[in-house]
Amino acid sequence: MKPAIEISGLNLFYGLFHALKDVSLAVERRKITALIGPSGCGKSTLLRVLNRMNDLIPECRITGSVLVEGRDIYAGGEDVCALRKKVGMVFQRPNPFPLTVRENVAFGLRVEGINEPGAIEQAVEESLKAAWLWENVKDSLDRSALELPLDQQQRLCVARLLAVEPDVILMDEPCSALDPIATGKIEDLMIELRARYTIVIVTHNMQQASRISDVSAYMLLGEMIEMGPTLQLFSKPRDRRTEDYITGRYG
Amino acid sequence: MVVRWIAERAVKWVLIALAFSALASLLLIAVFIFKEGVPFIVRVGLKDFLLSSEWDPQAGRFGVFAMIVASLCVTFGAMIVGAPLGVAGAIFLNEFVSRRITRIVKPAIELLAGIPSVVYGFIGVVAVAPLIREHLGGPGLSLLCASLILGVMVLPTIMSVAADAISSVPNSYREGALALGATRWQSVRMVILKAARSGIVAGVILGLGRAVGETMAVIMVAGNTVQVPGSVLDPVRTLTTNIALEMGHATGLHRQALFATGVVLFVVIMILNALTMAAMKRGHAGK
Ligand SMILES: Nc1ncnc2c1ncn2[C@@H]1O[C@H](COP(=O)(O)OP(=O)(O)OP(=O)(O)O)[C@@H](O)[C@H]1O
Ligand SMILES: [Mg+2]
Repeated sequence: MKPAIEISGLNLFYGLFHALKDVSLAVERRKITALIGPSGCGKSTLLRVLNRMNDLIPECRITGSVLVEGRDIYAGGEDVCALRKKVGMVFQRPNPFPLTVRENVAFGLRVEGINEPGAIEQAVEESLKAAWLWENVKDSLDRSALELPLDQQQRLCVARLLAVEPDVILMDEPCSALDPIATGKIEDLMIELRARYTIVIVTHNMQQASRISDVSAYMLLGEMIEMGPTLQLFSKPRDRRTEDYITGRYG
Repeated sequence: MVVRWIAERAVKWVLIALAFSALASLLLIAVFIFKEGVPFIVRVGLKDFLLSSEWDPQAGRFGVFAMIVASLCVTFGAMIVGAPLGVAGAIFLNEFVSRRITRIVKPAIELLAGIPSVVYGFIGVVAVAPLIREHLGGPGLSLLCASLILGVMVLPTIMSVAADAISSVPNSYREGALALGATRWQSVRMVILKAARSGIVAGVILGLGRAVGETMAVIMVAGNTVQVPGSVLDPVRTLTTNIALEMGHATGLHRQALFATGVVLFVVIMILNALTMAAMKRGHAGK
């Protein structure tokens, strides 16, 4: 089977700064791929290449090819909005909209022009259930999402993503604002979601990467150093630099 | 050490005194206007004063109904012109053009707020009124002309306050919306405007206050006939312009009547403010 995402020869510049250097990467379908590496090595940048969030940065320039489901997303004439519905993103800090819980989940449908109450109601319930949030919020769907505790806010961000039925879910350090218990819940959720979605996660937490990911990729200073099955990468890294990093000798 | 302590104390008390004197002078103004105006209203009768449209100081007739209506119409008209344009401009500056352009255009627009109102009035008289007269009919100096001029006058205020509100919406909302496949315009309409609502309403209130109170430009372009306008092309006289036009030569009862007009203006402004505040509160509740 072909990989869900194939990146080859990717270079990215912020103005003159060369942030990603000849990066190649294949992300397999229905697996959790973890991007690890020290701060500033370009993990978030690489993640944001995949749903073209870097388009928001005017001085950002990209060369190379990025195929999602076989289509080059940086070829001319690609529909960025459609791409972002297929490749959803969960951010580092939970960022629910200042709307009700219900409207947060319904957002993606309304963007699609779906306003029919029955359809909305059903999607809201299904998505919240899939994000394991339904039991917490089913009685407070009309409360402001900003009143929820942080971990529920983060799961709400997952729920509103699931409502648009993406293929790929990108997560940029989704647990870094959460305590260990909340982190555990999100991790369990990710493992559950793996059955249906392709997940790429950026994490600073080595234990997290080894707990949940199937494949890991180690980046350093904008370069892809090593990529492989998580078990192997953590037990027998091929590259000295990877070994230094995962054994804590980095820096 | 001791000197510094005394200096700190002194500064604190000076500031408190200044704050209170500002409040006190506001109170004094209100008291003064009410002291002069209220006895007049009592004498003429609230009903005759508020509900009659006949204003003829020589004949001793003092009804301000037409002017209340005119003030409300002119203000409302100004907001119809100024609020949508101001908010649209704020959205445009924040969401649809590059930072560099915003940095040039926004101060330029804020500069417009500093142009003396007599200049706006002048433009109204020589440019806008003739256009209205030739293309739409009527005398030109009219409710419509006043609304247009005032609308442009309040635009910088509304735009700059609304732009500040919009630019203080966390970028994470913007990113969140776009990452879900929303277009730029959808993210504005469905998230950003809602997040910035209270700031935008504040801008509109400020603009409203300016429109109700504006006098000079309105004197020049509104035509100043005391009447309940039958159409937007009719000339009108507002509460503020009535006071400004007649205060110079008014004596006795007439003078008191103008103070009473001031009382009405005061109350109208309070009511408008209360209404917009209430609208703002509702906005918050929806958040
Ligand atoms: N908008 C930008 N303009 C210029 N340089 C940027 C921009 N965004 C990121 N960079 C630079 O690109 C490099 C990679 O940034 P990136 O955020 O991808 O790192 P990261 O691996 O996600 O780091 P962290 O673990 O701290 O989140 C950094 O050196 C950063 O300073
Ligand atoms: Mg990052």
